[in-house]
Amino acid sequence: MHRFANPNRFLALARRVLPWSAGIAGATLAVGLVWGLVFAPADYQQGDTVRIMYVHVPAAWMALFAYTFIAAASAVALIWKHPLADLAAKAASPIGMSFTLIALVSGALWGKPMWGAWWVWDARLTSVLVLFFLYLGHIVLFDAFEDPARGAKSAAVLALVGVVNVPIIKFSVDWWNTLHQPASVVRLDGPAIHLSMLVPLLLVAVGFTAYFVSVLLLRIRSELLARKIRALQMMRAAG
Amino acid sequence: MSRFLAILWRDLRLAGRWGSDTVMVVVFFVLAVVLFPFGVGPEAQVLARIAAGVIWVTALLAAMLSLERLFLVDYEDGGLDLLASAPVSLELVVLAKCLAHWLTTGLPLILVSPLLAVLLNLEAEGYAVLLAAMLAGTPTLTLIGAIGAALALGARRGGALLSLLVLPLYIPVLIFGVAAVDASVAGLSAHPHLMFLGAFFLGALALSPWAAAAGLRQALE
Repeated sequence: MHRFANPNRFLALARRVLPWSAGIAGATLAVGLVWGLVFAPADYQQGDTVRIMYVHVPAAWMALFAYTFIAAASAVALIWKHPLADLAAKAASPIGMSFTLIALVSGALWGKPMWGAWWVWDARLTSVLVLFFLYLGHIVLFDAFEDPARGAKSAAVLALVGVVNVPIIKFSVDWWNTLHQPASVVRLDGPAIHLSMLVPLLLVAVGFTAYFVSVLLLRIRSELLARKIRALQMMRAAG
Repeated sequence: MSRFLAILWRDLRLAGRWGSDTVMVVVFFVLAVVLFPFGVGPEAQVLARIAAGVIWVTALLAAMLSLERLFLVDYEDGGLDLLASAPVSLELVVLAKCLAHWLTTGLPLILVSPLLAVLLNLEAEGYAVLLAAMLAGTPTLTLIGAIGAALALGARRGGALLSLLVLPLYIPVLIFGVAAVDASVAGLSAHPHLMFLGAFFLGALALSPWAAAAGLRQALE
């Protein structure tokens, strides 16, 4: 792990991984989204409205995955003081926030025809909204201090404090009486969804994950380059 | 124990010297609650329906307004550096400061809330549970707020940042606090909701000194 604390070694790794992850993202998203949005079977109850699922569910999975990633990176940053862990958490946060926003908006678009309401205050929706605010706070904390290292440590503590929300979101449909449907894929009894719908769903999920990895690498790379530029500017100012 | 009491007594004396902090929090609480009948109309049934929620939300906001002074004054004049290098654990310092903060902010809010409940026409069955729920909930607000105050210490626009950090974490306390009062008004038992509030308090009591001390340490380095 500490091998990649050297920024140049990390950049070399990123240069090798990025084309693959971007390619996988492009391919799986193209296939998965077209398959799900056009060719997959309509639901017997919901008809064609069920196709929002192929965007909504993977986005929600990514929102949780990104936050867990941020919490793990924050723990690594606080415990082992790995120099790139803070950077990874900072880079991942806006991506996670965007996926949360996509999940919330696509959910609202799905809820209006299905439930008759754009928004209900049930346990799942409320806890995902809290997740959105946690992301927002995390992003703002990084820039709130004059010393960027201070902001990074503060944000790391916040990320760890908020990680309790992730199991609450996952199990909210089991613990409370919610309008949001219970788990259909990640359950102890195995997926309760037919293969013809499960496969495009998983393809889009893989695509979103590969997209996350690609954008994360790009953001970390640009942050490292920005730091290099800042260091060079300071050296030039010092004469 | 004596060190805990020493820090507690120091904070209480300081709060007593600048009594304006407590007064400001209570005045904000009262004013904000009083705004609602002007906003939603004076119809008694409407006010009774929203009374529990309005009182809890404004109590949350009032508690949040006073959080900045938990560590900021000591941070700025160097007292926090001394406390951190003193032979007492930073977690104990956080606990003592939280207790002082609750005694000077949370307790006045609790004492004023029945008066405001009268203004909002809360049904008679709700008063005792309102007091019990606020007694169980306001310490949690201080403890969770201490984490936010430590993380935002010395930040630009710390007050607004603090609200962004702390309000999402306040939501569970709010939900169960209002549910307790609404349950007793409806004739149901408020016991499970009060149990949840107690659980949040115990959890915050155990975990937040640790998180807040971590935040303070990296603010001081």
